[in-house]
Amino acid sequence: MTHKRLLFGLLLAPALIWLLGLIVLPHVDLAILSLRARVAPGEYAPSLRQYQTFIEEPLYWNTFVRTAVMSILATAITLLLAFPIAWTIAKIARGRARSLMFIMCLIPFWVSETVRTLGWMILLRESGVLPAVLVQLGITEAPIEMLYRDATIMVGLVYTSMLFMVVPLIGALDSLDDTLIEAAYDLGGNGWSILWRIIVPHAAPGIVAGCIVVFMLTLGNYLTPTLLGGKNSLWFTEQIYTQFITRFNWEQGAAFGFLLLVLSSAIVWVGLKLSGQHFGDVMRRS
Amino acid sequence: MEQPDLEARRVAKRYAGLVAVDELSFSVKRGSFFSILGPSGCGKTTLLRMIAGFLAPDSGDVFIGGQSMSDVPPNRRPVNMVFQHLALFPMMSVGQNVGYGLSRRGLPAKDIAQRVGAMLERVSLPGSENKRIDQLSGGQKQRVAIARSLVLEPTLLLLDEPLGALDLKLREHMKIELKQLQADFGTTFVYITHDQSEALVLSDHVAVMNRGRFEQLGTPQSLYYEPHTPFVAGFVGANNRIEGRASQVSGDLVEVTTEQGLRLFARRMGEVQAGAAVTAFVRPEVATLARNVDGLPASQPRFQGKVASLLFDGANSAVLVRETASQTEFHIALPQTGQFADVAVGETIAFGFDPERALCFAAAASSGS
Repeated sequence: MTHKRLLFGLLLAPALIWLLGLIVLPHVDLAILSLRARVAPGEYAPSLRQYQTFIEEPLYWNTFVRTAVMSILATAITLLLAFPIAWTIAKIARGRARSLMFIMCLIPFWVSETVRTLGWMILLRESGVLPAVLVQLGITEAPIEMLYRDATIMVGLVYTSMLFMVVPLIGALDSLDDTLIEAAYDLGGNGWSILWRIIVPHAAPGIVAGCIVVFMLTLGNYLTPTLLGGKNSLWFTEQIYTQFITRFNWEQGAAFGFLLLVLSSAIVWVGLKLSGQHFGDVMRRS
Repeated sequence: MEQPDLEARRVAKRYAGLVAVDELSFSVKRGSFFSILGPSGCGKTTLLRMIAGFLAPDSGDVFIGGQSMSDVPPNRRPVNMVFQHLALFPMMSVGQNVGYGLSRRGLPAKDIAQRVGAMLERVSLPGSENKRIDQLSGGQKQRVAIARSLVLEPTLLLLDEPLGALDLKLREHMKIELKQLQADFGTTFVYITHDQSEALVLSDHVAVMNRGRFEQLGTPQSLYYEPHTPFVAGFVGANNRIEGRASQVSGDLVEVTTEQGLRLFARRMGEVQAGAAVTAFVRPEVATLARNVDGLPASQPRFQGKVASLLFDGANSAVLVRETASQTEFHIALPQTGQFADVAVGETIAFGFDPERALCFAAAASSGS
């Protein structure tokens, strides 16, 4: 009995150390940091000033809301694009075609995120490939700058997130019994009603799991919005970066970090409530 | 003549050159229970899926209620199907399952609720609208699956081996329930199965299917007592199969001699030439047992053999007897009287049968069974 417990403890130890050392401790430290203010050089006092700054400064607010809205939008677009792909892989493709399609989804991830994003920049910048093609085709007269637009950020975010949506969706759709679809069709259902009443309810845990992962990754993404959106991308992670690295205002950065955590948790919670899913179910099924 | 509910005209389907359904034509009378019985791979599922509309026939046409179904998708056919594993929707309650088809027809919610309630009552599940599917027993699920289809009042209900997944006891029970439900509703049922007992018990008419064709179509009684082909004789009910040559043909009686030298008489079915290879069938209950040869009527051929094993199965008990001279094995039913309750393995016993009740067919070139 004690042996078993010891073994269990040892097996669990790396995870616990990781959780404690890399997540709990830094966050406790961040919490303390965010709740103090510098009153004199090297002297600090407990204060809510950092949070007050956030509320009073519209730039921070706007960035915050903008990041959340863009992330939700990116998640929705990713879901819409990933669903047919996952459906094809799970239900239509067989054997080699199936593996091949899955590998095609995976291949972009063999390249580092930075290189991948730089690839988009090569394609989209003013002197890049796509504007040149548009000029060649006579669609635009002069090369247009495609970088540094919200749409470009969106493309980059969706592209980066695709795999994380496709994988849980394949799992969810794979487990759907085809005869359920046939039965619904037999009973008079058509494409839309079958999608809404049979397929989506069955795949809901997978859909929600994919959405949570993609949303978190997007919200916390730094590289893609910065590189594709440039200085004006106004992504909240950039604000955090700026506070910590440029301004060396760790207190403010810590407060922003905490706000981002609260924001993402709140949106995930609302999402779960709206979709009627339970976090435990979602994580078990995905 | 009354319009048949289902009519197939030269319906055929091939898969990669293999014939699954071979130009079948048949019709099913309104309100009858029609079974298609056949071994796995005989094409019965393909046929059913063509009737339901999930598969299009390569040639020929299916008529339901007199209407050609050639361009009608499954969701517009007056046909509903009970699937092999039922395919109830686990994400919906019992009531939602039964009401799904009605809601697809755009009925108002009040009407749906009322009709679902009435239907659940008819299948003896009153008030279970709000139960989840996983709260139901196997038999209850079965009834929900049937209710879900019948609530739409289809011309035809197709059943794809729905009892296959149930355990024996429940299967026996559901057989009776299915027959009663069919009689109650009066809907035409088309039932496919590989279980001959299900087909015999349930059906008004049975088609025995083999290699994409109907070997014989008739009442359960006619299939059992008057099989037209060796395949039907072998597939429907238990039978002793004896291969040999027709050493003599006199009128309707054939003398069959096996390689091992067993000689027996059997009624001729179809054309049998003297000297040709034949297959004879003797049902286990046709043979009579006696302690010794004198106990059997002298007018019939009599045999002696040793009891090789006892197959006790209550009312269906039988013995395996090895005929002394030829070592041919016979499966013989034990009479219900208990007269042979004490028969032991190794005992010598006499048996005989009425040649009129044994059947002899010309051996088909390849009558796989």
